[in-house]
Amino acid sequence: MSDKVLMKGNEAIAEAAIIAGCRHYFGYPITPQTEVAAYMAKRMPKIGGTFLQAESEIAAINMVYGVASTGKRVMTSSSSPGISLKGEGISYLAGADLPALIVNVQRGGPGLGGIQPSQSDYFQATKGGAHGDFHMIVLAPASVQEMAELTVKGFDLADKYRMTTMLLADGTMGQMMEPVSLDFDIAETVEKPWATTGTKMEREHNIVNSLFLQPEALERTNFERFERYKVVEENEVLYEEYMMDDAEICIAAFGIAARVSKNAINEARKQGIKVGLIRPITLWPFPSAQFAKAAERVSSIISVELSMGQMIEDVKLAVEGKVPVTLCNRAGGMIPSPEQVLEAIKAANNGGDK
Amino acid sequence: MSTTQYLFAGFGGQGILFSGKFLAYKGLTEGKNVSWLPSYGPEMRGGTASCGVIISDEPVGSPIVSKPDVLIAMNLPSLDKYEDAVVSGGIIFADSTLIERKVNRTDVKVFYIPATGLASENNIPKLANMIVMGKVLAETNGFDNEEGVLSALNKVISAKHSDMLEVNLNAMRIGRDY
Repeated sequence: MSDKVLMKGNEAIAEAAIIAGCRHYFGYPITPQTEVAAYMAKRMPKIGGTFLQAESEIAAINMVYGVASTGKRVMTSSSSPGISLKGEGISYLAGADLPALIVNVQRGGPGLGGIQPSQSDYFQATKGGAHGDFHMIVLAPASVQEMAELTVKGFDLADKYRMTTMLLADGTMGQMMEPVSLDFDIAETVEKPWATTGTKMEREHNIVNSLFLQPEALERTNFERFERYKVVEENEVLYEEYMMDDAEICIAAFGIAARVSKNAINEARKQGIKVGLIRPITLWPFPSAQFAKAAERVSSIISVELSMGQMIEDVKLAVEGKVPVTLCNRAGGMIPSPEQVLEAIKAANNGGDK
Repeated sequence: MSTTQYLFAGFGGQGILFSGKFLAYKGLTEGKNVSWLPSYGPEMRGGTASCGVIISDEPVGSPIVSKPDVLIAMNLPSLDKYEDAVVSGGIIFADSTLIERKVNRTDVKVFYIPATGLASENNIPKLANMIVMGKVLAETNGFDNEEGVLSALNKVISAKHSDMLEVNLNAMRIGRDY
């Protein structure tokens, strides 16, 4: 027996956010993440928090900007097309160095696309996602437990680095139920002397803004921001290695693709093929060093994705051409089967000698 | 090491997702690793509903059930759609009130339970799902211990509907004894 409960991934995000001290949620419904909003609507009023269904995604992200300016923990959630609508606000958050959590439970695209699971917002999430020079910290859960844990982590990282964190999930992670334990260590509260909380006539005004008309000043904020990003890249990379100790073939996969890949790896191991997995948990910062290290000894890398091949570009950059990197994928809401991944492993095993 | 993959399928309103959730909780209360993944979207509203449940001694890899060990088909379209997906040597449970044809496969074990009929005869018209569940437990998961069943039911039936605990248990006994 355990103290674990069964929860949908979307509900686990919402409850974990509340545990992390988030008392402000602004959103707009969209499949497959609506349970986040539904859960918040039920819980927030009971604990003195604010749930607000905005008139649009654009309104919701700007409400997030408002609360973030006061230093309070705040979040919004949506799915792919809704995240695109939030793009402007996400860039403004970055420009004003505001911490916030944004959840994207991805569905197939582009355009209105479909409602089935996808990972095709990888570029959008990891390469900025809107105008201007900036990054978000991007966390990619692969279980309901991680949906909860990385939500808490996301708030902590956002506060620590004054950055927006994106939790990049997908339809299966949002909809599936798994046992989850909500027993977390909550990091110490980060002081936010920059927050606009009223001066009480005791200090200078704090100004939270992303407008810098003098290019010299704007350039300076960019360079300073990227100094901070460098610290994140040095300190906050998270990944899981699975059966990599003696691996001759390496799979690169995150989220649901990593879950499917594990099935394929277990089957391939039974057939005597030495294959392992590197699962990025932070997509930005990307575990480039781990892939570079793997490239010293594996004969090839297979990137398994629910997209036309987006993370594969980061894997290729990481390995600098030392080993071939191939793609095993489905798109548009379809999910690779363990059999498809196994076939890719076998193909790599037959032709992949260095 | 054992892993069993269940696929529940029927039409919206038959309690397909509830059945799956109950079984997942039963696995959880027994200390197993479990996952539950529903079909989602517009098809849930009056169309076909399905959910995959995995119960395993190992950590669950992919939660997607594409080759079920056990198929619970609550209507004809579900049997038509998933019959061929069942693994060889697997088990199919079919609600024979709503599915008039026989299963074509000869390499699987089949249980026909007229669950919808039994449910209306016993004046529990919404519990055909749990009648089938009684049989599913008896044949695949063990139904010798009613306490274990009750503690899982307790997790899926909210306190304000606690009068439904015994009703659900009774429905499962009907299926078990059929």
